[in-house]
Amino acid sequence: MSSIAAAVPGRTRKNRTWIYFLLPSVAIMLLFFVYPILLTFFYSFTNLALTGESAKELKFIGIDNYTHMFKDPTVRTGIWNTIVFLLGSAVIGQQVLGFLIALLMKRKNKTFRRIIGTVVLAGWVTPEIVCALCLYSFFGDEGTLNAILGFVGAKGIAWLYTMPMFTVILANIWHGTAFSMLVFQAALDDVPSEIEEAAVVDGASRWQILIRITIPYIKDSITTNMMLVTLQTLGVFGLIYAMTGGGPGTATTTLPIFMYNQAFVNYQLGYGTAISLLLLLIGIVLSLFYIRSMKS
Amino acid sequence: MKRMKRKHAVRMVPYAILAAIGLCFVLPLLWVLVASVDPNAMQTLKMPSRLTGGNYASVLSDSGNQRAFAIGLLMSLGQAVLVVLLALLAAYPLSRYQLKYKKPFMLTVLFMTSLPITAVMVPVYQLFLSLKLYDNVFGVVLFYVASSMPYGIWMLKNFLDAVPADLEEAAWVDGASVFAGIRKVVAPLMVPGICTVAIFTFSGSWGNFFVPYILLQSPGNFPASLKLYQFFGQYGMADYGKLAAFSVMYAMPSIVLYVLSQRFMSKGFGLQGGTKG
Repeated sequence: MSSIAAAVPGRTRKNRTWIYFLLPSVAIMLLFFVYPILLTFFYSFTNLALTGESAKELKFIGIDNYTHMFKDPTVRTGIWNTIVFLLGSAVIGQQVLGFLIALLMKRKNKTFRRIIGTVVLAGWVTPEIVCALCLYSFFGDEGTLNAILGFVGAKGIAWLYTMPMFTVILANIWHGTAFSMLVFQAALDDVPSEIEEAAVVDGASRWQILIRITIPYIKDSITTNMMLVTLQTLGVFGLIYAMTGGGPGTATTTLPIFMYNQAFVNYQLGYGTAISLLLLLIGIVLSLFYIRSMKS
Repeated sequence: MKRMKRKHAVRMVPYAILAAIGLCFVLPLLWVLVASVDPNAMQTLKMPSRLTGGNYASVLSDSGNQRAFAIGLLMSLGQAVLVVLLALLAAYPLSRYQLKYKKPFMLTVLFMTSLPITAVMVPVYQLFLSLKLYDNVFGVVLFYVASSMPYGIWMLKNFLDAVPADLEEAAWVDGASVFAGIRKVVAPLMVPGICTVAIFTFSGSWGNFFVPYILLQSPGNFPASLKLYQFFGQYGMADYGKLAAFSVMYAMPSIVLYVLSQRFMSKGFGLQGGTKG
């Protein structure tokens, strides 16, 4: 293929014009993406603030932000909330539900599949602020869920006050499940039906087939999906923020919301950056695992 | 006979479970659709006493809302166009030439696609203050471009790898320049890839809330996502009808574009037409 290219002057493999092609995109990524990541490391060791004395003079304060962070009980709450939110909505919720939908949909009536698929996808395609509004009103005191509960004779619950974390977890499951559903649908389609049929002939139960054959067969998709879904969920801000604002109290304050509050409500940018570095590090570790899984 | 009946019932179980899941997913959406045409919309889903277009009319006629939609469109379109252009330029040498650091570069790009943007927003805010880009709509577009560049480069490079190099080389032999080759030969074959990247970057920024929330300050600069959030806070409790109408209009571009992108996908990335001639 390169024989013709080599025959045409100025278009050989040694040609350096490609530098100019790459330049604009590399420059914009360096300035607005890579540089802020480096700044994150730098600022997290400073007393950077928006107001007050330290706003005028940037000082290195070593690891003070970090020692402060590990003493700060709200940070611990933030980390705990983030873990609960990640496990509940991403690792368990979206994955299990997405897998269940994909599995149940296999070889079902086409129209039925399409209807269910569209409904689940709609929650994913809808922008997060609209999702927040839809679910805010669904779980509201006068909302649809309580109306249904009232209809069947049960007493309504103030969902957003009595179990706010559970509510935002459900909201994120509603918003994100379609992604896992799509991944698992594609993965399940790749499982050769002969293997499963052979297992049926050998007398395996449905459950055995699922545990021993199907799941091991698609385990790479499960790993990749787990990391992508966790990364997406790690950065969730708008959905929680618009539904509960991180409250009541700090009940739904995950790390992104805590970071926002420190940096832009309390004006402690340095401290806010130290928290974002924590987020970034978790993200970096997960991303590295993700690339590893893509490479193999 | 009895056994057959039981078998039939067991076969219906997955349908019942799926229908229940579908119902849970559809109810919150149904509310926003119904409330948007209900003159007395409430927090709960209910049958409207009559249908009205009044909610839409009043949202649409508000000049602040028009402005927010226009700014949102400008930002997302600007971003989509810039990402496609720059990523296509970058993807070209990455796909066609043997570069020394190609592999680590592509791995870095892949790595960047998965980093949570949320984590860098505090330093980006600081950067915007020092570059005097804070509260500037074009500044936000630049940041959007940078943040979706890795995705654009990754996708377009893979799409480009699927376009046979012989076609271009034939054009070169006929005297076309590299640019003419890209424009006349590569670009037309890349239409599905370009559309996919454009649609996903557009939808990404159209639906984004956090980035403009951090980087913009004056309500006059707010795109639709921020305007909706503001609306939510101001009238949320009082005017569900208008809020729902705004939401439906704001969600529409994302939904329509997703459906369109599925069209491109289902047509497949086949290049049969290209290699046949």
